[in-house]
Amino acid sequence: MSEIIVVTSGKGGVGKTTTSASIGMGLARAGHKTVIIDFDIGLRNLDLIMNCERRVVFDFVNVIQGDANLSQALIKDKRCSDLFILPASQTKDKNALTKEGVGDILEELTKDFEYIICDSPAGIEQGALMALYFADQAIVVTNPEVSSVRDSDRILGILQSKSRRAELNMEPVKEHLLITRYHAERVESGDMLSIDDINDILAIDLLGIIPEDTSVLTSSNEGNPVIMNEVSTAGQSYQDAVGRFLGQEIPHRFLDPERKGILKRMFGG
Amino acid sequence: MSLFGRFKDTKPKSARVAKERLQIIVAHERNRRSAPSYLSALQNDILAVVKKYVDIDADQIHIHVSQKNNTSVLEMNVSLPE
Repeated sequence: MSEIIVVTSGKGGVGKTTTSASIGMGLARAGHKTVIIDFDIGLRNLDLIMNCERRVVFDFVNVIQGDANLSQALIKDKRCSDLFILPASQTKDKNALTKEGVGDILEELTKDFEYIICDSPAGIEQGALMALYFADQAIVVTNPEVSSVRDSDRILGILQSKSRRAELNMEPVKEHLLITRYHAERVESGDMLSIDDINDILAIDLLGIIPEDTSVLTSSNEGNPVIMNEVSTAGQSYQDAVGRFLGQEIPHRFLDPERKGILKRMFGG
Repeated sequence: MSLFGRFKDTKPKSARVAKERLQIIVAHERNRRSAPSYLSALQNDILAVVKKYVDIDADQIHIHVSQKNNTSVLEMNVSLPE
């Protein structure tokens, strides 16, 4: 039985690709055969985050248009044999993703993969709509910030009305909230929306809270999903989120400001 | 008021302002999503009729559809100028 998961947000720059890469790597390392598909046609970046940008020969649109078959376009991750990447095309044609084409490819992938992660582009255009249309589950990535929360609510509305499950009156897409760039100090000082604030507004299952962490940037610089950095707070939080996704009960961590010792307070650091 | 309370900033924290603004706009947008598609056209027509007699702006007309048991209630609120 395979599951199609869309990683979406509406707003750009909140961490969708970072999340797709880390959740995908986490599921694969837990032994589940996983593929991550980049739906950002014209602006592909998953390949860079996954460190396979120089191995792209064929892409998603080549497969839809019949210029290549799936096995030629799928890139096997060098760090984890259960993880594959399907890169986006750099074409400018926004309508290259057709419902039939995407549906056929996803159906073929369900024969081989346990988890199919659709990394959505920002916005609510064709690419974003196609990324969420076939989803069984959705991970909505949200920053504790007004425009991101509003856009997330908008995307939740689209999941509830325009997805395949909604159109066919099936059981609705299972929604999960993933809060990224959480800053415990700023929440404590009253200058950032808290988890409870966001929960009060969006009211969906909380999959995880990823703290603001410099290792997110260093990991992407090096082409490693941040979940592989097992000492970083972001990496550990993604690992927790993967565990919860797989049904484990794991308490949320890193929600309170780090209490600095007297030496740190005197000398900084 | 306690001694320390005096020094507290009385201005509401920005996160609280953010939450209040979000609650209002999100509720408004959810209502609009669940509203029938003819509602905005109806609102424009009503506005045009009222404008024939009184000078009002679009934001002075509020139309709201709610569900009560098996009936839909269409509620219209027009604020007339003094």
